[in-house]
Amino acid sequence: MDIFAPIQWLADWLAYSVLNIIKDTPIGNTVNFFIYDSIKIILLLAVIIFVISYIRSFFPAEKTKKFLSKAKFPILNNLLAALIGIVTPFCSCSAVPLFIGFVEAGVPLGVTFSFLISAPMVNEIALVLLWGLFGWKIALIYIISGVIIATIAGWIIGKLKLEKWVEEFVYKIKSVEADEKKQTVKDRIDYAKKYTISIVKSVWPYILIGVGLGALMHGYAPNDLLIKYAGPNNFFAVPLAVLIGIPLYSNAAGTIPIVSVLIDKGMAMGTALAFMMAVTALSLPEFIILKKVLKPKLIIVYASIVGAGIIFTGYLFNLLI
Amino acid sequence: MKISVLGSGCATCKKLYETVEYVVKKEGIDATVEYSDDVRKIVELGLMRSPVLVINGKPVDLQSTSEKDVKNAICSGNC
Repeated sequence: MDIFAPIQWLADWLAYSVLNIIKDTPIGNTVNFFIYDSIKIILLLAVIIFVISYIRSFFPAEKTKKFLSKAKFPILNNLLAALIGIVTPFCSCSAVPLFIGFVEAGVPLGVTFSFLISAPMVNEIALVLLWGLFGWKIALIYIISGVIIATIAGWIIGKLKLEKWVEEFVYKIKSVEADEKKQTVKDRIDYAKKYTISIVKSVWPYILIGVGLGALMHGYAPNDLLIKYAGPNNFFAVPLAVLIGIPLYSNAAGTIPIVSVLIDKGMAMGTALAFMMAVTALSLPEFIILKKVLKPKLIIVYASIVGAGIIFTGYLFNLLI
Repeated sequence: MKISVLGSGCATCKKLYETVEYVVKKEGIDATVEYSDDVRKIVELGLMRSPVLVINGKPVDLQSTSEKDVKNAICSGNC
């Protein structure tokens, strides 16, 4: 059974009985789609962010860095770092202190990068939107490919021995040990509740705008609109989607609902996944902030390896799905 | 009281600085407020997040950067 069936029922009732719009007309489809998707996504967002931030309270960055600096198995460390990145809160504000903190604690550069790539790319907002709009299979595929890209890209950066392209001052900083707070279950729940409220509060307008635009296109744009440009047969669609995704970071919450409609109108799944990964993992504002600690050469290497990984994933899923 | 906002130059950091200044002024708190975007200071405190609110040399736990939570952190219940 579809667990979202009650929401569909509610959307049908609101659109066709309360608002009295005729079913199976463009406007009927648009309104129904808008109500259904917005309620579903906002509910999912609240539930999943609550669960993830509860789990997260067990992995403060200070503990993660200690743990990763002790791990000894080459590529497994990268995988671990990428997995921890899934539950870690990430805003580009914290990228620089995280980076310095990791390097200073003796976490290898490549492992640090695996974490830095996975944390923003595999985040709970992307997960919710993918699950809500495309189903859990696509959400799972996204997470697994994200973790694999972060693991391999970090491992390659580690192999290249690029420590010399990190600004020298990073290695000279000495930090004190911050004392870890003891947290009770109530503290964790409080934290998860506050965090959930603040995220839902900050992203709901984007979601409504994204879903609204999506709903309009769902109702009015022809179904094969994008086949020619972004369908599986256009070889250049994947790299182009990645390039367009780079400056779009801040609107990840609004981008994914629109992407769902682009798929509806003929964009290939792999191209769409590549686009979403580029939106979240390759962000221009983050590169600018990282320039404080990384020499431009290293930022270019990092962006190119991650970009190549995303493009590869895009082609792969265009072939498979 | 000496309040510092340590950030990495990002938008949220500047927003926190503005909120702190606003709260201090509104509540008539006797405090100097400074802003720094030198990330070293954050790491030297053993922290790995940004922005950080520091009161009299001690980093404070902020639930969020909303006006209410900033006020709670600064006054610790005294205003």
